[in-house]
Amino acid sequence: METLITILAGVLVTVATYLLLSRNVLRVILGVAILSHAAHLLIMTMGRGLTNGNIPVLKEGVSSFVDPLPQALILTSIVISFAVTALLLVLAYRTYRETGSDNLYELRGFKDE
Amino acid sequence: MKTNNVILRAVVRIVVFIILTLAVYLFLAGHHNPGGGFVGGLVLAAALVLLLVSYDIETVRNAVPFDFKKVAALGAFIAVGTAFGSFIFGEPFLSQTFAYFHLPFFGQTALSTVTIFESGVALAVVGVVVTIILSIVEDV
Amino acid sequence: MNTITIAIILPFLVALIIPFLKKKIFHIHIGWFVVTVPTALFILLVRFVPEVAAGETFAYSIDWIPSYQINFLTYLDGLSLIFALLITGIGALVTLYSIFYLSKYENLKSFYTYLLLFMGSMLGVVFSDNLMGLYVFWELTSISSFLLIAFWFHRKLSREGAQKSLLITVSGGFAMLVGFIMVYVMADTMSIREIITILPEMSDHPLFAPAMVLILLGAFTKSAQFPFHIWLPTAMEAPTPVSAYLHSATMVKAGIYLVARFTPVFGGEASWFWIVTAIGLTTLFWGAFNAIRQTDLKALLAFSTVSQLGMIMSMIGMSSAALHHGHDMDTVLFTQIAFAGIFHLINHSTFKGALFMVVGIIDHQLGTRDIRRLGGLASLMPLTFTVALIGSASMAGLPPFNGFLSKEMFFTAVLNVSELNFTADHIMTMIPVVAWIASVLTFVYCLIFVSRTFLGRYKEERLERPGKEAKAGMLFSPVILGLLVILIFFFPNVLGSYVITPAMSSIFPMLDVELGVTIQQWHGFNTELMMTLALIILGIILFMTLRWWRAIYKLFPEHLSFNHLYGASLENTSKVSKSITNAYMTGHLRDYMVYIYFFFLIVIGGTLLLSGSYRFEISGNGEVGAFDLTIAIAMMAAAISILVAKSRLTAIVLNSFLGYGVAIFFVIFRAPDIALTQIVVETVTTVLFLAAYFFLPEWEKEDSRKRSKSVNLFLSISVGVIFTVTALAVQNNKLFESISTFFEDSYELAGGRNIVNTILGDFRAFDTMLEVVVLLIGGIGVYTFIKFKARKKRNEPLEDK
Repeated sequence: METLITILAGVLVTVATYLLLSRNVLRVILGVAILSHAAHLLIMTMGRGLTNGNIPVLKEGVSSFVDPLPQALILTSIVISFAVTALLLVLAYRTYRETGSDNLYELRGFKDE
Repeated sequence: MKTNNVILRAVVRIVVFIILTLAVYLFLAGHHNPGGGFVGGLVLAAALVLLLVSYDIETVRNAVPFDFKKVAALGAFIAVGTAFGSFIFGEPFLSQTFAYFHLPFFGQTALSTVTIFESGVALAVVGVVVTIILSIVEDV
Repeated sequence: MNTITIAIILPFLVALIIPFLKKKIFHIHIGWFVVTVPTALFILLVRFVPEVAAGETFAYSIDWIPSYQINFLTYLDGLSLIFALLITGIGALVTLYSIFYLSKYENLKSFYTYLLLFMGSMLGVVFSDNLMGLYVFWELTSISSFLLIAFWFHRKLSREGAQKSLLITVSGGFAMLVGFIMVYVMADTMSIREIITILPEMSDHPLFAPAMVLILLGAFTKSAQFPFHIWLPTAMEAPTPVSAYLHSATMVKAGIYLVARFTPVFGGEASWFWIVTAIGLTTLFWGAFNAIRQTDLKALLAFSTVSQLGMIMSMIGMSSAALHHGHDMDTVLFTQIAFAGIFHLINHSTFKGALFMVVGIIDHQLGTRDIRRLGGLASLMPLTFTVALIGSASMAGLPPFNGFLSKEMFFTAVLNVSELNFTADHIMTMIPVVAWIASVLTFVYCLIFVSRTFLGRYKEERLERPGKEAKAGMLFSPVILGLLVILIFFFPNVLGSYVITPAMSSIFPMLDVELGVTIQQWHGFNTELMMTLALIILGIILFMTLRWWRAIYKLFPEHLSFNHLYGASLENTSKVSKSITNAYMTGHLRDYMVYIYFFFLIVIGGTLLLSGSYRFEISGNGEVGAFDLTIAIAMMAAAISILVAKSRLTAIVLNSFLGYGVAIFFVIFRAPDIALTQIVVETVTTVLFLAAYFFLPEWEKEDSRKRSKSVNLFLSISVGVIFTVTALAVQNNKLFESISTFFEDSYELAGGRNIVNTILGDFRAFDTMLEVVVLLIGGIGVYTFIKFKARKKRNEPLEDK
């Protein structure tokens, strides 16, 4: 299972990298979103094993749990990456509004600044 | 939009309340069952987003007449405030405490200052998510 | 919560409230509200005087991160009490003065917020017993000083002055931080009290000397010692109350506080004696010498402050000679030098505060402070003139003013030190000579200050407004300070025995000799008095002949000054870094990504290859069901088809498919919390993307060149491969046991059954707290991006009004 998830994450990273290298703003943002999916899956695999154990909620008579730490980390990460995606989208929107372009090759800033 | 949304709106009207209840449940359940501040806040925000998608901004504004920026700020303030609050009791930064109580209806329950912290988290999440969505939609 | 902690926190709390004060509620000047803070604190702290005079000290600790020894330690002893009384006492007077100095139309909220920020951090500096606490408050004073200097930020000179002071003091502070870390490494504690008992015995440690030099750098930059003094004159662009408060009475004395505080640690070293004394004397001379050539009254006072700070610094430096000897009579003599230094520090705050306020009044009433345009104001502004006369006479060292007492003690000090046999005799004799010459120059600039401003011909045609006495409220604070100057002369021993003597035991905690002095107004016809008489005569002669020897300043042309060096190095640094930056900052996002990915490939890929750690096995894996496999393959397919998607809508839908797929995996991995979160977040994100779909144009076909396309393909595939291989290698070679078993006692440790949630809310609540803050910042960012439109038409830069 771990290997499968890791390979899946690897594929996602490849796709994200390709998108990040492109010149369209929306593609870049999609790349960032996909990269965070891959990161979450990777953090998951770094625990004590993905499926050997129960839901990490203490109950009578249950003693073996899956690793709760990666879950807590991912929970934090999900919300943050949402904020990042939102910020990037708005940045793109605002840039388009101001400059009329969503092409990163045209958006280069001024030489003297 | 010209399309007829009667069915959608009728459904949404009921569903929103179910989602809101779920949000409150998730928030309160968080300490012992799956749920918590983040999920609770997000589900609450999602309910408002649903309202927004099926109706329009005015409806949302009228239904929840808060300034969500302030909600977000209040949430962050509560979260940071509880962290510093532990100094007042002479405890290290961010100490949480809890005690077991025997309450009617609930039985043996652990009440915890985490709940205050979590409510700050939830408010911040709701505030930020709704602020983001509203400001984008309003501007378009 | 004890009083000291409250004293530090209160100004910060009030500073938080001020921006929210509504003008409608407070018709009156905000200053009236602010002035209560230092007044209350002053009264609060004065109550400690009898107890501290009896030799008590107060320490208090609030645990912050106890496991790392990072605690909020406060400590009140004689030394910190003096500074705290100055900060709050002068603070109250200056705030009162500022009410009349700044009109209601200025940006008062910012001004008082910064001022309180400064007050709180300055109190933090003197009360902190923890090195890191001291450092943080130290830098906060630099920052608030920066903000206050740049208060009139529409003026170019203000901005430059603020930048210069920040650059110099903060780099000094940074050096000090490194010094503190070295001290921590040697003493293994952050508490200054403990360091004083441990460190002096480690003087042969290799870090001892570097730590000393670095800490002194911090002190010298803050106290405007030669050659770092250049920031203080330019800092005079600040409003006058700020100059009176920060740049003469309190902040610039933080360096002296630091040197005094660390005297028991490093004072036993001969190099400490020499560095501090020599720098102090040089500053004393150079400041006085340069004060004479100034034409701006505030600049004159700034150089005079530099000079006086040098004098105090040299006294603290010379007093360390007490630690070089055994316990004999000389030891007592040398401890008295520190006494004189602290005494002069207090005196300087009184007379220099008064003088700054006088200049503020002149500037406020007449619209200028250029001595070439002033003159003959004595009859028009009699009260102001009186205060100015008292202040300058005290600064020049004339009786019956407090400056006379401390200057005589200074002469005693240099005479005593010159009899030491530290090094060749002619060098030791230099000390009193330099001190005397500098005092002559001090006398000259005091004469210039008084005579050019108040005596001579009244030149109304050169003034912006005719001369007129200031309002009573504005005169109140300088008059109080002027009265203090006289009172201290007549009753110096009240101050001496109750306030200064307790501070001596903070500077010399190891010596069990009688500390403290009885100050005498009249001590017979001795060498000191002769020196004073001679300096008065020579000073008057020099003043009369100023016209003829002024040419000497032409020997120091502007392009050889430290100021010019600073300016040139700043300009060249930014020029060079700009050209380097322009070479690789192309402005294309893709180029930057390519740099990052190539670096990743070379470093991570290289490490993998060289260390041969690319081995892995799959035996320990969990079982893969058909369902899991289907989802994984579907997700891979979806991901790859995003790359070739013709329309944005397809790409967005495929992306949300990926998100929900991840959520399904979270369910499979028994993670209900994050599965829920992921589903909701994915929904909201999709809504966001659809909103973006609504306003962004349809994407065009990527028409990049073949070559860059193949580079992209190569990069992304190799990044993906290296990522996967590294991840697999890590999974199969785990070096540590998972720490998660600790969290499984969550019900006992944190009272919650949901382990994930207790980690978020309790075990690692610090992360969560900061996350909430980040989220809020993100939200504010989005809001401002949308709501605040760029002000396009205002392209002209802010200029002088």
